[in-house]
Amino acid sequence: MITVEQRTEFRKHFRYNVGRRLILDKAVKCIVFLCVVVAVVPLVAILVNVFSNGAAALSWNFLTEIPGAVGSNDLGGIGPAIQGTLVLIGLSSLIGVPVGIMGGIFLSEYGNNRYGRTVRFFNDVLAEFPTIVIGVFTFILIVLTVGTFSVWAGSFALSIVMLPIVMRTTEESLKLVPVTYREAGYALGIRRWRVVFTIVLSGAKSGLVTGILLSVARIAGETAPLVFTILGSSQFIQGLNGPIDALPLRIWRLSSLPYDSSVTQGWGAAFVLIILVLSINIGVRYLFLRRKGQTILKFKRLGSMS
Amino acid sequence: MMETMTKTPLKDNSTEDIQYKLIAENISASYDGIVAVKNVSMKFRDKAVTALIGPSGCGKTTFLRCLNRMHELTKNATLTGRVLLDGEDLYSNKVDPIINRRKIGMVFQKPNPFPTMSIYDNVACGLKLNGVKDKKIIDEVVEGCLKMASLWNEVKGDLKKPGMSLSGGQQQRLCIARALAIQPEVLLMDEPASALDPIATQKIEEMIQELKKEYTIIIVTHNMQQATRVSDYTGFMYLGDLVEFGETKQIFENPRNEITAKYVQGQFG
Repeated sequence: MITVEQRTEFRKHFRYNVGRRLILDKAVKCIVFLCVVVAVVPLVAILVNVFSNGAAALSWNFLTEIPGAVGSNDLGGIGPAIQGTLVLIGLSSLIGVPVGIMGGIFLSEYGNNRYGRTVRFFNDVLAEFPTIVIGVFTFILIVLTVGTFSVWAGSFALSIVMLPIVMRTTEESLKLVPVTYREAGYALGIRRWRVVFTIVLSGAKSGLVTGILLSVARIAGETAPLVFTILGSSQFIQGLNGPIDALPLRIWRLSSLPYDSSVTQGWGAAFVLIILVLSINIGVRYLFLRRKGQTILKFKRLGSMS
Repeated sequence: MMETMTKTPLKDNSTEDIQYKLIAENISASYDGIVAVKNVSMKFRDKAVTALIGPSGCGKTTFLRCLNRMHELTKNATLTGRVLLDGEDLYSNKVDPIINRRKIGMVFQKPNPFPTMSIYDNVACGLKLNGVKDKKIIDEVVEGCLKMASLWNEVKGDLKKPGMSLSGGQQQRLCIARALAIQPEVLLMDEPASALDPIATQKIEEMIQELKKEYTIIIVTHNMQQATRVSDYTGFMYLGDLVEFGETKQIFENPRNEITAKYVQGQFG
C-alpha cells in the first residue's frame, strides 16, 4: 500500500508549470498545422498551375476529337486518349482487382505460415518495382510474342502495377475486422470461406474501396509501362488487339512538342486526367460507401465500449 | 495450495440416472503452451441451466469453447478428451465441426452483432448462409427468435436499422436471437451479461429461465448471484481444474470442498 506521506511525496514529482505546458501545447499545434500547410501548398500550386496553363485548351472539341496533324493549324483534341485511359482502367481493374482481393484474402486469412510470409514479401517487392521494368517485361512477354502493341498488353502491365497495392490494402483492412465477428460467424455454423466473403469482407469494405481507388489513381497516371505496350495512337480504339492512346502518354507527347499550342494542350490533358481520377474516386466512394462511413465509426464505438 | 488442489478428487455430486444432453470427458486444453483446462469431465443435463463459476483465468471460457469446437480455432491450441452430444463424439473424425456448431449455439461476452447488417439480417444470416432460401420461413424464424430474446417489441418497427444502432443490452439480446435462429439444441453463454447494466442483465436472466424449457444451457459467469438465480447446476473451476460440480443450491449452501466454500463466500476470486 502507498501511505499518505508517500502520496504527498509522489505528487511533488509532478510538474506543475502549467504556463510552459500550455505554450508547448500551442507550439505542437502550430507545428502540426504548418506541416499541413507545407503539404497542401504544392498540391494547390500544381492544381492552379495545371489549370491556368491548360484552361485555354479546354473545349468540347478538345475532349472529343482526335489529335490533328503535328504542326498543322488544326490542333484537334485528346478524345482517343480519354477513351483509352478509361478502357485501360476498366480492363486492368477487371484483372487486377479480383486477383488482388483474392490474394489479400489469402494473406490475411490463410497466410499465417511460411508460404504466406514469402508471398507477402515478394508482393511488397513488386509494389516497389520501377514500373518501366514491368513495361519492358510485358513488352517481351506479350508484345514480342504476339507481334503487336495492344490494349491487352497495356492492361496486363497496369494490372501488375495495381495488384500489389490492392493485395496489401485488402490484407490490412481484413485484419482490422475484429476476430469476434469471425467467431460469431463460426459459432453459427457458417463455413470459413463464407464467413470471410460475407461477414469479414463486408466489414472491411471501406478499406477495400480505398485500396482499389488508390491503385486506380496510380495506374491512371502511369506512363512508363504504356510506352512499351500500347504505343499510343491518334485514332479511337480499333479493337483490343491494336494500339491505343492514353492520357499520360498523350501529355508526354504533347508537352515534348516544340509548339506552344501543343504544350498548352498538354496542360489541358493533364487537367483532364486529374479531374478524371478525382471523379472516379468521388463516384466510387459515393456508390459503395454511402452508408458505410458509419461502419468505421461503429467499429470505433465498439472498441471504446470494451 | 495448488498441491492439494490437483490432488483433490473430482467430485460429481449430481444425481445419477438423469438424461444428459452433453457430456465432456477428460477435456484438457491449452493454447500457446499454457494449459488452461486440466482433465475436466462434466455432464450437462437436458433442459437445465448449468453455470460455470471460478476466478478469472481458471479456464471456464476455454472449457466452454471446447464444447462447440471453437477452441481449435485459436492459434496454437491443443485439446485432448471427448465431447459427446447425444452420445455422439464431436471430435470424431467422421463429424464435421460445422454441423455441430449449428447444434450448439454460442453467445459471447461482448455483444458482437455483425456491423454491416441490419437487425433483421443479423438474425437471418445464420439461416441464409446455411442455405435456407424460403423467405417466409426466414421471416417466421426472425420474429420468433427476437420474441424469444425478448427484443421483438423494442425493434419490430425498425428491423431494417443497423444492428449496431441498438444499445449494448439490446445488442446482446440480438446476438442471443441470432444464436437461437439456427435452432440449436445447446446454448453456450460466455458471461453474456458482464457488459450490461442491471436492467439488461435482469432481462437476459429472465430470458434464460424461459429458454431453459427447450434448451440445454451452459453459462459462464463471474457473478455468483447470477449463478444462484439462473442455474440448476454449478461447476466451480480453479486453476484449470473442476473442483466441485453439483446442484447449485448445494454448491452455494453446503460446498464439500474447502476452496469452493472460500470462493462462494467471496473470500477470494
